[in-house]
Amino acid sequence: MSKTFTLDGKDVPFRDGQTIIEAALEAGHYIPHLCHHPDFKAHGSCKLCTVKVNGRQTASCTMQAAEGQVVESETEELNSERRALTQMLFVEGNHFCPSCEKSGDCQLQATAYHLNMMTAHYDHFFPNRPLDASHPDFLLDFNRCILCSLCVRASRDVDGKNVFALAGRGIKSHLIVNARSGKLADTDFSAADKAASVCPVGVILPKRRGFAVPIGERTFDKQPIDAYVDTRIARKEE
Amino acid sequence: MDAPAKKKLRLATATLAGCFGCHMSFLDIDERLFDLVELVEFDRSPLTDIKEVGPCDIGLIEGGLCNAENVHVLRDFRKHCRILVAVGACAINGGLPAQRNPIPLHEILSEVYLTEPGLAHSGIPNDPELPLPLNKVHPIHEVVKVDYFLPGCPPSGDAIWKFLTDLLAGREPELGHALMHYD
Repeated sequence: MSKTFTLDGKDVPFRDGQTIIEAALEAGHYIPHLCHHPDFKAHGSCKLCTVKVNGRQTASCTMQAAEGQVVESETEELNSERRALTQMLFVEGNHFCPSCEKSGDCQLQATAYHLNMMTAHYDHFFPNRPLDASHPDFLLDFNRCILCSLCVRASRDVDGKNVFALAGRGIKSHLIVNARSGKLADTDFSAADKAASVCPVGVILPKRRGFAVPIGERTFDKQPIDAYVDTRIARKEE
Repeated sequence: MDAPAKKKLRLATATLAGCFGCHMSFLDIDERLFDLVELVEFDRSPLTDIKEVGPCDIGLIEGGLCNAENVHVLRDFRKHCRILVAVGACAINGGLPAQRNPIPLHEILSEVYLTEPGLAHSGIPNDPELPLPLNKVHPIHEVVKVDYFLPGCPPSGDAIWKFLTDLLAGREPELGHALMHYD
């Protein structure tokens, strides 16, 4: 008999070594998440996947599942904290959805919809983050970076290239390109890289392909994010 | 004895630093406007051409704040409206006009009026009738208290209708998946 924990009262089976979110997503239960990706090791930075385990808050992407845990996730308390975290991500960058090609397919936007975020609430930083259009095939728009580090992890762990890195600390953390010039054109980054397709928001975008899918037919127009559980798991099954 | 006629609520609308797209979307509620005017009386609005806002129950604000006049109109609305609603992306996060924010204002004005090839170079406008631009474009909640936010660029006619009918019926407005959009 498989081991289980309960998530909002429902039994969730897990295998030894799985984290709470891995077991939950595999079983079809959505827990909001941004820096977690089913193909990558946990990073534990965005804290959107925070749940209560036996009454104590913890990130479900780093907490190992264990027999008999009582996990709460879809509660007003946790969702209002997740909403506040998401609002902070929105005001720290420049997230202008109407002019973003990722709109409708964006994990950040879809998560904000799920959390019923009607406003970013806080004062906007409006940071000045110039684009990097140096690469012939890809554009980097740092304005939308949420520091999930998925491109860093993909380039380092899958592509073996180390094209991206997070530099600075705290509020000064920012995404950089590992080249003396700091420009993407001066790296061996290519379209076939895992890092080229892993960005959950609109930072790493292919050139000459814009707004290809009409409004109404994009990923999260069709279904809310919780109905997919994780779009990246759904693709693996196809 | 007949029941007394139900008092109509007063509704005002204004565009600040916006494109009137949200107002066009408001007109997209189409024939439902007839149902709406059974419930509300319009005060200041581009639809009535009334220039000053009077005491109102609901104020709908489209657009963010890009100049001093925007701030004046917004504060006037806040003073006169019991419920103030930020309608659309610009009112909520500055929207497209706020994409000038990382660039210093004098650089923008210089480029348009003094240096950019192909433009008239007539000098930076300085007529006392012109409201002074703000250094940055701001969402309206950074200046006044906002009671409700209706996102979208623009929010669809259906989203505006759902929001208003919820509000007028005394329910907490709830858009749900199909009507909730930031774009």
